[in-house]
Amino acid sequence: MNVVVCGKVIPASTVTIEIDPNTKRMARKGVPHELDPAAASAVEEGLRLTEKHGGTVTLITMGTSDATIGIRNALAMGAASAVHILDDAVAGSDTLGTAKLLAAAIKKQEFDLVICATESSDSYSGIVPGQIAYFLGVPPVTFAKEITVDGNQITIKRQSETGYDVVESTLPALVACSSGINEPRYPQLKGIMAAKKKEIKVYKAVDLGLSPDEVGEKGAREKVLSIGRPAKRQAGKAVTDEGEGGKQIADFLAEIKVI
Amino acid sequence: MADTIWVYAEISEDKITTTTLEMLAKASEAGKAEAILLGPAPADAAQTLAKHGASKIYHCEDAIYTDYLTLPAAETVAGLIQKQSPAVMLFASSYSGRDLVANLSARLDCGAITDVGDFQLKDGSVEATIPALGASYQNTSTLVSEGTKLLVVRPKSFEPKLNEQPLSVEEIPAASDETLRKVHMKERVVVKREGPSLEGAKIVISGGRGLKGEEQFAILKDLAEVLGGAVGASRAAVDAGWVPYAMQIGQTGKTVKPDVYFAIGISGAVQHLSGMKTSKYIVTINKDPEAPIFQYSDFGIVGDLFKVVPQLIEELKKRKGV
Ligand SMILES: Cc1cc2nc3c(=O)[nH]c(=O)nc-3n(C[C@H](O)[C@H](O)[C@H](O)COP(=O)(O)OP(=O)(O)OC[C@H]3O[C@@H](n4cnc5c(N)ncnc54)[C@H](O)[C@@H]3O)c2cc1C
Ligand SMILES: Nc1ncnc2c1ncn2[C@@H]1O[C@H](COP(=O)(O)O)[C@@H](O)[C@H]1O
Repeated sequence: MNVVVCGKVIPASTVTIEIDPNTKRMARKGVPHELDPAAASAVEEGLRLTEKHGGTVTLITMGTSDATIGIRNALAMGAASAVHILDDAVAGSDTLGTAKLLAAAIKKQEFDLVICATESSDSYSGIVPGQIAYFLGVPPVTFAKEITVDGNQITIKRQSETGYDVVESTLPALVACSSGINEPRYPQLKGIMAAKKKEIKVYKAVDLGLSPDEVGEKGAREKVLSIGRPAKRQAGKAVTDEGEGGKQIADFLAEIKVI
Repeated sequence: MADTIWVYAEISEDKITTTTLEMLAKASEAGKAEAILLGPAPADAAQTLAKHGASKIYHCEDAIYTDYLTLPAAETVAGLIQKQSPAVMLFASSYSGRDLVANLSARLDCGAITDVGDFQLKDGSVEATIPALGASYQNTSTLVSEGTKLLVVRPKSFEPKLNEQPLSVEEIPAASDETLRKVHMKERVVVKREGPSLEGAKIVISGGRGLKGEEQFAILKDLAEVLGGAVGASRAAVDAGWVPYAMQIGQTGKTVKPDVYFAIGISGAVQHLSGMKTSKYIVTINKDPEAPIFQYSDFGIVGDLFKVVPQLIEELKKRKGV
């Protein structure tokens, strides 16, 4: 069973992301990058499934040259190869443009299953996976917290408002997994060495049969009009506990007439 | 139709969801509100929608919409949109809402705006306000595609309002193509939850990684009991497996707006804040004075929660005379 994982490489969680007021995009350039933790979980899920059922994992990412570090990380975890959509023309893509590019790149691979993370950690629109599934013509199975494959039958436990749903479909399919689905492995030295020899295919939009007008800023349906900072909530009182903290909260609750 | 706004109605636990009613309130304020109601629904569902502002309801009772996820509903809604072209269609930022919008935005090649907190309709174009990066920025966006604009609305953005309209229901045919029966809902498992529901609670007591483990959540339950509140959690506590996902507050969990929100052993990450920062009062207990949550608190104690919470429980019991 061959698995394609779509995952993003994003500014490391330790850096505060600012938005560039001129381009109205996240100022991603020059800051340290890492494989999105949500994408690492998707890679992990792919590896677990292929370890059990055979086949390989291919990572597909769209991003700037900063993404290489994250791609290497996925390869070091055990992905067999990677595809990097790297093209200035795709900068500023909205969800639809992103999904078109990813779907076109996936079509160039052999796959039985596509795994996405429900949401990326930096833009969390959560609709890219469903859009990709539409373009591929495969069933979308989203918010998975457990995936089981049996022949061409796929069963997931899907998060719900009140618990979980058991949902079935058939391969080929696209699954988007929820956070906490697994604990991604750390790359080992052997994996890191092996990753250096693995292939990273690089595509531009035109290689994927998409004209630069359909993607990127030009093709985007969603246009950002303005960005701003909403007024911060006024911070209230904070006191250090000197043995009376619990009582002081009770006093506050009495003051606001909750007790 | 220039000012018609459709709302995709959702049902959970046998009721029209609050978010549906919230969207109807906004839709009827911004234009002419109509609702789409697909799948088996409680008997008074259409009345509830009309009472909250829906001047027309497109309805189909067929179980295909609940037995099979996304594809049948997308087929039906896409057909309706192509026929009627409402100016805007609103979906809740829920599981089914997001899945539907993903499919529709690709199929109609029109894109969508997600995580919408508010919007305005001007001459057929839409301007949406989106709190970005959790909540530290606020953006406005528009859709430049032709035709119906699809918006995914975050819960608790509007107040539901009674605005009774004469009941007008148009029955529509069910999607029936076999190829739509691809994602089968085999079983719904309801995880039993204890205590009152988070959505309506006046007091919410949430715990995070600072609680250190599953057993320790018991002290929050004790506190919730004396205060008559519900217990919530950060994603760190949910991902660690200490509490079920149904208790998660934040960007990818529930949005709550209680009178008092307790953040206990929670640092205040933007994704957590986005689910609770509109609470009336926020009370914090955290041992780190630098924790971002203090910037949003009305009252905070810098201290060890394992000392402060038991004392608070004792004190509340004393004052209540139990
Ligand atoms: C796409 C995306 C979506 C997300 N969605 C959500 C979401 O919906 N909800 C959510 O909550 N998070 C969400 N997160 C995760 C979020 O970024 C944070 O990682 C998470 O909220 C942290 O949880 P926490 O505050 O419990 O843990 P931490 O950040 O680890 O904070 C624990 C706090 O406990 C304090 N503490 C420790 N011991 C004690 C003690 N004895 N007494 C008092 N205080 C103590 C510490 O000082 C610290 O401030 C999301 C992240 C991403 C990327
Ligand atoms: N640039 C990208 N490269 C690879 N995968 C992506 C990209 N953008 C989105 N995805 C996939 O779509 C998911 C949801 O992304 P988002 O819609 O940004 O929340 C991600 O977790 C990935 O699986």
